[in-house]
Amino acid sequence: MTLLAAIDAQTLVDAVGLGAVYALMAVGIGLVFGVLRLVNFAYGQLVMAGAYTLAFTSSWPAVGSIAACFAVVLALSLALERAVFRPLRTQSPAVMLVTTFAVAFLLQSIALIVDIRDDTIGEASSTLASLNQAVSIGGVDVRRVTLAAIAVAAVTLALVALLLARTTLGLHMRAAAADFSTARLLGVRADRVIGSAVLLSGLLAATVAVIMTVQAPLVTPDFALKETIVVLVGVVVGGIDRLWTATLGGFAIGFATGVINGALPTDKTVFLPSAVFALVILVLLLRPAGLFAGGRTAVERL
Amino acid sequence: MNRLDPLLGLLAPVALVVAVGIGSTQVARSTQISFLNALVSVAIVVSIAVFVGNSGVLSFGQISFVAVGAFAAGVLTVPLQSKAFVLADLYPFLRDHSIGSLASLLVAAAVGGVFALLVGLPLMRLNGLAAGIATFAVLEITHNVLREWTKIGPGATTLSLVPETTGPLQATLGAVAVIVVAFAYGRSRLGRMLRATREDPAAAQAVGINVHRQRLWAFTLSGVLAGFAGGLYVHMLGSITTEQVYLELTFVTLAMLVVGGIGSIWGAVVGALAVSGLDSFLARAEGGVDLGFTLDVPTGTRLVAVGGLMALVLVLRPSGLTGGRELTFKRRRSV
Repeated sequence: MTLLAAIDAQTLVDAVGLGAVYALMAVGIGLVFGVLRLVNFAYGQLVMAGAYTLAFTSSWPAVGSIAACFAVVLALSLALERAVFRPLRTQSPAVMLVTTFAVAFLLQSIALIVDIRDDTIGEASSTLASLNQAVSIGGVDVRRVTLAAIAVAAVTLALVALLLARTTLGLHMRAAAADFSTARLLGVRADRVIGSAVLLSGLLAATVAVIMTVQAPLVTPDFALKETIVVLVGVVVGGIDRLWTATLGGFAIGFATGVINGALPTDKTVFLPSAVFALVILVLLLRPAGLFAGGRTAVERL
Repeated sequence: MNRLDPLLGLLAPVALVVAVGIGSTQVARSTQISFLNALVSVAIVVSIAVFVGNSGVLSFGQISFVAVGAFAAGVLTVPLQSKAFVLADLYPFLRDHSIGSLASLLVAAAVGGVFALLVGLPLMRLNGLAAGIATFAVLEITHNVLREWTKIGPGATTLSLVPETTGPLQATLGAVAVIVVAFAYGRSRLGRMLRATREDPAAAQAVGINVHRQRLWAFTLSGVLAGFAGGLYVHMLGSITTEQVYLELTFVTLAMLVVGGIGSIWGAVVGALAVSGLDSFLARAEGGVDLGFTLDVPTGTRLVAVGGLMALVLVLRPSGLTGGRELTFKRRRSV
């Protein structure tokens, strides 16, 4: 039981912080999946684009730098929707997945070309670097950004929940997610709903970009790639058909990763990825609809 | 349908591969490696098409079988006198035996097939997205184990001193062999039953086809061919790391399959040759190439072009350059 003994308050707080960031990404992926039935593999590259914007505008005032990050990520999200997602709306999920795979690869290569102009790979960002300092709460050293991540995630998730539950736009989005063609027949405007979902998902990506860049200031072309893969796995294992199970899946895998990395020494974790992915296969075989998904009744997806 | 169409379906891809093989003997040594690479890519992509094309189930895991084939063939052919030094950690039965290159290709095919059979047994029950994620998990596990388990291979270090026996003749024959097997499977009763499950799973089951079993056959055959292609690959390179048979190769081979057209061998061959041709050309252009004028493009252009081409083909022509059909004599009626 060395694992349990090694888990202290420090590890738990860090794990919750990681889970919060992953949950935000899970919502971003889940929203688009809900209305478009599209698994956006290129989601991490939106975060990467935001991170590069922050790095390149490091000399600007923090507010300007963050505004630029949001502007770039939102513009890129909308451009992707218009150029790639919209023409593919009628294609099979497999074709859409492979396409976002290609888009991810494309954006990553473009980032490499832009980044390598100064002959080094990686750009440092110093925006909000002060958030990286630790504060002591009850004997536990916590980085300010971890607290900020947890707070931002909680507020953002609450706002998304409110938007979906209490507004007309939210109602339209839920209707589109439940049955797209029927919703259209009843007067829900398809492009507007899809546009809003993509925009909302872009806002979340930009938020994640800011948090992750503060946590890990060196931005490289594969920034957020590994995290996206882990979140996607979490989302599918949690149950991608519903937003809250997808989010829970994202949080759970982030929390688990944080706890295990914090508690086990590095030389004991070499086969950890195999164990995790074997578990993923097991969950998919036993509960293909997701770990947290309930019975086989009709589900409300958002 | 013309009576000669099936013949053309086999002969056209074979002729294209043989032409590239002959072409590879006519160029300088430094260019030859690009041609050989294209031929091995054909073998890998056709092996993937055997499963993905016929079943319609997406798999991100087929490169796992290429990887185990490559490492099996590589580890077994490193000369005995150097093996004790460079691969000292191996299990004794691997460390104390080495075999010829041809035999190692057969072992690679067998290892790939057995691995695919074991993996496919549970996984072939999955559909759609779950199948995609689960096969991706297989790729991650294979990579992780090959990278960390030094008793069966070189671990995170480079496996070198593998005899470079995949020349123009071997690469061409290897690619042709894979195409012939894939073609024979596609025309067989098993291949037709699997394609029926792709078109309409419910109807296929209603006429008594066991979907799980048919997918498993194709997955295993795909593993055999992928393992064999992995053997060709390692004997072409002479040295290999686990990173070379991982995410990037998965992406590039999927791009080849999608660009050519998923549904046919002709599509797989055209896609593999077109993308690897473009890739090699741009890789040279990154170092400056003389075309009457000097074309010099920035580093990374190669990857942008391949990614862009794949995205463009998917958006404008989701069924690929060939429309996913075999080549026929007749002009196609629009469907």
